[in-house]
Amino acid sequence: MTDQYAIRVSDLVVGFGRRTVIDHLSLDVRRGEILGLVGASGGGKSVLMRTIIGLIPKRGGRIEVMGWDADAAGGLNGHFGAPRWGILFQQGALFSSLTARQNVQFPLRENASLSQSLMDEIADAKLEMVGLTPDDGDKLPSELSGGMTKRVALARALALDPAIVFLDEPTSGLDPIAAGDFDALIKTLQKTLGLTVFMVTHDLASLKTVCDRVAALADGKIVAIGSMDDLLNSEHPWVRAYFHGKRSLMLHKKPD
Amino acid sequence: MSSTPLLDIATAGDTLELRPTGSWTVVNAGLLESLFNAAAPQLAAAKRLRVDLAGVREIDTLGAWLLEKISRGAEQAGHPVTVTGIDERHAELIEDVRKVNRTQRAARPRPNPVMARLEQAGRAAFGAVDEIVIFLQMLGATGWALLGVLRRPRSLRMTSLVYQTWRIGWQAIPIMVLITFLIGAIIAQQGIFHFRKFGAESYVVDMVGILVLRELGVLIVAIMVAGRSGSACTAELGSMKMREEIDALTTMGLDPIEVLILPRIIALVIALPILAFMGSMAALYGGGLIAWLYGGMSPAIFIERLREAVSVTHFEVGIIKAPFMALVIGIIACSEGLKVQGSAESLGRQTTTSVVKSIFLVIVLDGLFAVFFASIGM
Repeated sequence: MTDQYAIRVSDLVVGFGRRTVIDHLSLDVRRGEILGLVGASGGGKSVLMRTIIGLIPKRGGRIEVMGWDADAAGGLNGHFGAPRWGILFQQGALFSSLTARQNVQFPLRENASLSQSLMDEIADAKLEMVGLTPDDGDKLPSELSGGMTKRVALARALALDPAIVFLDEPTSGLDPIAAGDFDALIKTLQKTLGLTVFMVTHDLASLKTVCDRVAALADGKIVAIGSMDDLLNSEHPWVRAYFHGKRSLMLHKKPD
Repeated sequence: MSSTPLLDIATAGDTLELRPTGSWTVVNAGLLESLFNAAAPQLAAAKRLRVDLAGVREIDTLGAWLLEKISRGAEQAGHPVTVTGIDERHAELIEDVRKVNRTQRAARPRPNPVMARLEQAGRAAFGAVDEIVIFLQMLGATGWALLGVLRRPRSLRMTSLVYQTWRIGWQAIPIMVLITFLIGAIIAQQGIFHFRKFGAESYVVDMVGILVLRELGVLIVAIMVAGRSGSACTAELGSMKMREEIDALTTMGLDPIEVLILPRIIALVIALPILAFMGSMAALYGGGLIAWLYGGMSPAIFIERLREAVSVTHFEVGIIKAPFMALVIGIIACSEGLKVQGSAESLGRQTTTSVVKSIFLVIVLDGLFAVFFASIGM
């Protein structure tokens, strides 16, 4: 049953030069879930994400996104991917010569034939859904703050209401209030739009509040996957260090 | 999965009943918009509106917004609207979309075209004054930094200076020599071709010698350097500005002028005269080669005639200009680099401006020198 899964990765190998970053990794993401991916800095989380969306070539293994295999279709990533997935890059990756509104409209303009006035309305609606005002839409990316950049980038990722959204550290660089809002936003959008969300994050709070399942990446493999509670009880040394370190104490219930 | 969206419209008394069915998603964007536009006149006429969403299989923001637009239009006209049959999967989205786009964007005043032109001209004039001020500022700042370095020679960034000289000077030699060689050859060929009509072929040596040593050698090399190294300087400093590297330097108590700009400008001032000299020699070589192959003038005679035709003055006139041109190129390239704002577009614009402006100023400077040397009889 491929239909149950949004993303199926099996036996994936990715490396640069003589270094193997992803080593025979397998991972399934179910439809409609929010999967959080954690791992050490420089441990290959972003590499895994970028390999799934086709930005980094793989050495071996299979990747299926919504039952579609890039190899079988001759590697036309962009043509397949664009309407079906939305990607929020770590730095936003907004087109710097376009205003925020034009950035959000860009996927609509390229993939759907709509009148300009309707595109404006849709873009404004998206901006408002991510918590910005229509006036922010006229700003250029260089005039936006970090949090606003993330929001505009999310609005752009969601412009076509894709089935899957990839988020690369969506809450990094946001204050806790903004990060909490962002988490709530992702959760709401996931529920309303039925999104599958693949989220690379270090934010323990967002792992706990929004993720249905969490996968831990260490030594190029998924060493633990399951609900937050499963991971907290995991015996793997790295996972233990990650979730039982000083910064993670807030996750654990206070003893009664 | 996706099925064709439809919009059934039925009238019952003064009530207009809308029954959207199928997939109201962005995949069917064009179709949805035409459905909406087709329904618009009837909507405007309706006194009472009922929307039954039971037939909608899939909906996304686009579909929800179009449906919301229908009911909002009727509400604003004061007609009652009832929406029924919302699938609970869609309820939250539809509720969300109901809240958006409530505030009107402030309409921007449209400027009077004549006034806009006038404003543009005025701004350009002020901009030109600013440009001069910026140029002088950068010149002053560089001079000040140079004074600092002269007082404390150890504060000169030696590694950076050597590296920049290597890049601007050494690495440019092959292309400079090739271009000036070709230019020298072309001038000689043209000279021989036209002077032959008067039987004055031998004067081609005077022409090539004087032209190359006084004007062309240094001018061509300066233009090439502006395009090759000036643009690189602008792009480097600009992207450093974009990534806040220059701010980082400043906060560490270092002067970006001293650390980044001074080595580049000194490197240009060192490299350009050397390149100009090599370029001139290559051009003479090219000219001599053509005179021999095309004009039948043996190298010995060429050199003999060259010795008579040109004096050291011609060479001096040419080479004196080189450091000044280097200074202008460096100042323009660096100040344009520091003007870069946040966007990639601005980086491209400043790099273009840098090259255009420095080539323009190099030629203007050459003209000024020509007037000056003529008046002092050199």
